[in-house]
Amino acid sequence: MNEFLIYSLITIAKIGVVFGLVIGSVPVVVLAERKLLGWMQVRPGPNRVGPWGLLQTLVDAAKVFFKENIIPDGVEPLTYRLAPILVITPVLISASVIPFGPPVTIAGREITLAIADFDLSLLFFFAVATLSVYGIVLAGWSSNNKWSLMGGLRSSAQMFSYEITLSLSIVGILLTSGTFRLTAIAAQQAGGFWHWNMFLQPLGFVLFLLAAIAEVNRTPFDLPEAESELTGGFHTEYSGMRFVMFYMSEYSSVFVMSSVIATLFLGGYNPPFPYTFGTSWFDGAIGLFWLLAKIGALVFFFIWLRGTLPRLRYDELMMLGWKILLPLAFLNLIVTAILVALNWPGWVLGLTGVAALIVTDLVVSQILWRRRRAAG
Amino acid sequence: MDIPAVYTAYWPVVLAAAAALAFAVGTLAAWLLIAPRRPNAVKQEPYECGIPPLAPARIQISVKYYLVALLFLLFDMETMFILAWAITLREPELAGARFFLIGEMLVFIAFLAVGYLYAWRKGAFEWN
Repeated sequence: MNEFLIYSLITIAKIGVVFGLVIGSVPVVVLAERKLLGWMQVRPGPNRVGPWGLLQTLVDAAKVFFKENIIPDGVEPLTYRLAPILVITPVLISASVIPFGPPVTIAGREITLAIADFDLSLLFFFAVATLSVYGIVLAGWSSNNKWSLMGGLRSSAQMFSYEITLSLSIVGILLTSGTFRLTAIAAQQAGGFWHWNMFLQPLGFVLFLLAAIAEVNRTPFDLPEAESELTGGFHTEYSGMRFVMFYMSEYSSVFVMSSVIATLFLGGYNPPFPYTFGTSWFDGAIGLFWLLAKIGALVFFFIWLRGTLPRLRYDELMMLGWKILLPLAFLNLIVTAILVALNWPGWVLGLTGVAALIVTDLVVSQILWRRRRAAG
Repeated sequence: MDIPAVYTAYWPVVLAAAAALAFAVGTLAAWLLIAPRRPNAVKQEPYECGIPPLAPARIQISVKYYLVALLFLLFDMETMFILAWAITLREPELAGARFFLIGEMLVFIAFLAVGYLYAWRKGAFEWN
């Protein structure tokens, strides 16, 4: 029994747990979304199957397994079948760099609670997570349907536009932490909530959050599947398990993106009070608990947004991405770099970020208000 | 058997990719085994709100989308440089040269800003 084999077996076990967590989160998030949206709109939400509607998504999932395999006329046969696989696979792979807890020692062996832990893990996450757009474009293009085509195009244009903000808004974190390694970034935020990057990088946090919502196609940026305009968007012609692949990738990407936001800005697996992690499995479980709590809060936030905000118009979406968020990301980068080089304390960074946010809000709302009034 | 640490660090990613692919393909294959298939002409028709499709679906795509793709390529390339720069700035050996490095980045961003403003003035960010 050599080291390499043991290492591989441990990794496979970790993959089982993490993928199980990501895929298992889908029915939970779907049910939570339907329930919460129901309550926000003063209706009960699913309440027929099982106590309190708890089994609804499981029954739906079982039903889908017996759905007919429909391949519409005129589709590109290969890409039509390949697209669902190309959408779900990158989401799952990108989950492999998330640290779910501090390193633990089990049977004398130190185990990192992330499937993969290497120097460029944050960059790897961005590289892989974006690959989903290929599946979406292929699905839209190969479906032989105008709705699908429009949905696929909109989706790719939107993801392109917000991808830049997404990767530029983390530069501030790279500057303050000095590493791409997600496990290191999470470990640096230990010692209470005031050490979280969110307070060091308020502007970066807001930019990243907005861009992440756009990346995972959630309201108010859910134009790729705007059901009132595009029927179903890129998956109009999909049914059965192929449709479920898209559905699953959407909800698991919400989970994965939330966990990355939590790791980058909300302290990752660290509790909000000072706590020194030991190396027992129990400390690993504490880390997992706090990460899941933060993911749950973020998922609730996403659902809350969906219950509150109307969808943006397409030109507004593009304007927000290119004309507002992108310059702000550059501003954040330059200011953070100068403050880091000056070695000023963290609270200066935080206050600067908050000030920038307030000024931006005032300026943008003034401009929009004037423009709207001029338009009559 | 000695494997360099560089490879062992990335090996889990290969395993994860294989597992993700296996999950997607396996689920679809299991479904295809039990899914019925009874095609008929109406069922196979592309959806266009219930009427027979009016024209081929592969319509001409607005040139705007290509423009966005071009801008994305430009800015994403430059993001890669900035990310590498951000890490370099924290290198302890370069602590004395930090303001020089920031100056370099400002020059870089100034060049970019010219292109950005040009695209803005040309209306590349306007959608009608």
